[in-house]
Amino acid sequence: MTEPAKPVFSRLGAAVTGGGLLSLLRTRTIVALIILLFALVAGIELTRPGTVNALWASNMLLFAAPLGIVAAGQTLVMLTGGIDLSVASVATASAYLMATHSGLGVAPAIFYGLGVGFVVGIINGIGVALLRVQPLVMTLGTGLMTEGLLVVYSQKKMAEAPRVPQFIEDLGAGKFLGGIPNDLIVWVPIAIILIFVLRRTGYGRLIYAVGDNSKACSLAGIRVWRILLVNYVTCGLLAAAAGLIIVGGTDSAELRLAEVYLLPSVAAVIIGGTSIFGGRGGYSGTIIGALILTVLNSILTLLDVPESVRQILYGAIILVLAAAYTRLTD
Amino acid sequence: MTTSSEGKSSVTAVPASSNMRLAKRLRRWLRRDPSLFFMPALLIVSLAITVAVHPQFSDFDLQSLAMGALPLAFAAAAQTLVVISGGIDLSIGSVMAVTNVLAASAMEKASFEQSLLLAVAVLVAGAVIGALNGLIVIISRIPDVVATLTTGFIWGGVALVILEKPGGGAPQEFLNLGTGTLFTPWLPNALVLLVVAVCVIWIPLRRSKLGLQLYAIGSDRIAAFRSGVNIDRTRFGAYIFSGLFSAVGGLGLTMTTGIGAPLAGVYYTLSGLAAVVVGGVSLAGGRGGMLGPLMAAFVLTLIPTDLIFLNIDPNFGQVIQGTLIVVIVMIGGFMDMERNRK
Repeated sequence: MTEPAKPVFSRLGAAVTGGGLLSLLRTRTIVALIILLFALVAGIELTRPGTVNALWASNMLLFAAPLGIVAAGQTLVMLTGGIDLSVASVATASAYLMATHSGLGVAPAIFYGLGVGFVVGIINGIGVALLRVQPLVMTLGTGLMTEGLLVVYSQKKMAEAPRVPQFIEDLGAGKFLGGIPNDLIVWVPIAIILIFVLRRTGYGRLIYAVGDNSKACSLAGIRVWRILLVNYVTCGLLAAAAGLIIVGGTDSAELRLAEVYLLPSVAAVIIGGTSIFGGRGGYSGTIIGALILTVLNSILTLLDVPESVRQILYGAIILVLAAAYTRLTD
Repeated sequence: MTTSSEGKSSVTAVPASSNMRLAKRLRRWLRRDPSLFFMPALLIVSLAITVAVHPQFSDFDLQSLAMGALPLAFAAAAQTLVVISGGIDLSIGSVMAVTNVLAASAMEKASFEQSLLLAVAVLVAGAVIGALNGLIVIISRIPDVVATLTTGFIWGGVALVILEKPGGGAPQEFLNLGTGTLFTPWLPNALVLLVVAVCVIWIPLRRSKLGLQLYAIGSDRIAAFRSGVNIDRTRFGAYIFSGLFSAVGGLGLTMTTGIGAPLAGVYYTLSGLAAVVVGGVSLAGGRGGMLGPLMAAFVLTLIPTDLIFLNIDPNFGQVIQGTLIVVIVMIGGFMDMERNRK
């Protein structure tokens, strides 16, 4: 477990020798990610000239925002060495509950949606932080519960068709000032707050500390359970918020709405350089990871291949990226 | 762990009558693998509940229980292998889907003899897919959760390439292997198939060097490495056998449903893991057996059935499943804590 010392040494080495490209990439992995992102965009423009324009870019941001928000929660949880496999179910349930309560008005409907995230998050948090269930099992269990309850609920609510209010539709699909996606209004503040909290606050440092060595933390008198609890609740809330944006974009609340977001949410974090074992990484990498995955998706759409082949390619590329990244930083 | 139990038994030193010795041995078994006692009890209780809420429980109900539990039991078996070795495989459902659609699309117009040959080919394909999963996990060094989540996504795509919509089929005699009965209506073929497959694959494996190594790397990877166990090769073996069991599960799906469905497998990843957890296999690796998860598969299949008999929405079954996973892991955690305190 000499991991934390490594970056310091290699950074030192880079400073002394002037640093090759590889060691630059190793110490500033975000540079490598940004290069990859631009390479992908350049690749699109070269093969299909005229594709990349302002509209395309604004669409990319529009599609990346919900993924970025789910991945934000996932980043928090993974930094403490956990994982949240319930995010997709939470996002779906949040969207569905919001849509079936839209008759009450927009604010109460959103409240119901976020409420799902809060409840599941707090259950996850209690399980992981206080009862010490492995995060994988805990979130798997709550994910199954959420999904099952949602199916039962949807059959009871058959009469009241879920309806997506205009406000949510605008949020998830609209743009302002000639092309800035509305969902950035949610994503950008979340990103700024998260990066600030992780880098500049004591709480952020505690998250890294817990992820690095939670035993040492509790011996040092840190109440580890509080940090874990807050992280899982935040993750649930962020997943719920993302669910609202996703349903705003598709305009129909389905029972498998956000299922496709589970793998990308984990992949964006991993590609973004956050270690699944905790203690290493950050949200800025995740943002680039989410953008890369969104651009990739757009490339696969341009290729005009069947959905199944797209799925295979998408998975394979994620594997290659994650493998390259793990190799680069190890 | 053993030392503490020895110490405790010497404190409560009693004249060693054969009765006491038996009791002591039982207690040691119970401590080593509580699921060995807990699981049969749970299975009997849930069967008793089923009979209580559905007094006209007949051989037909038994058959449908065995058929329903068959794919899940194999998914659990596949997961058990990997979990014992300290890993996890989130691609099992997709591998089952691939083998399911492979079998159903290849066997549609085959004769019974041909379909048996094809079944062998499908089993080989499953082992190859498992080997690929293992290679990816080992070579890429991506944590197994993420790697198999991704390969699961890929295999799901492969299943859709092979068969876009549910379809295909298999000769009736082949389907009978999973749906019929043997000798008496109370002995479903599905149950026989499960027992045979587990006996043929698991028991030799458990007694082989690889079986011991699986437990070794699961309980302490560094200690196993220092004792000369080749970690990578052992993990590779675990994934191959996981693929093989998944393929048997895929064939089981073909037999019990009669068709191939590219999306049917997905459900089995999570439910299989649920059965593993409920069956008393420690997710930390190195502890647990095959019997627990197999019985758990039957219990988990009985839950929605009972709910239907009780006139409750069977979808609550998934909720109960989720709750069961969490609660059982919590109990396990508490038992570990108690054990460490002693």
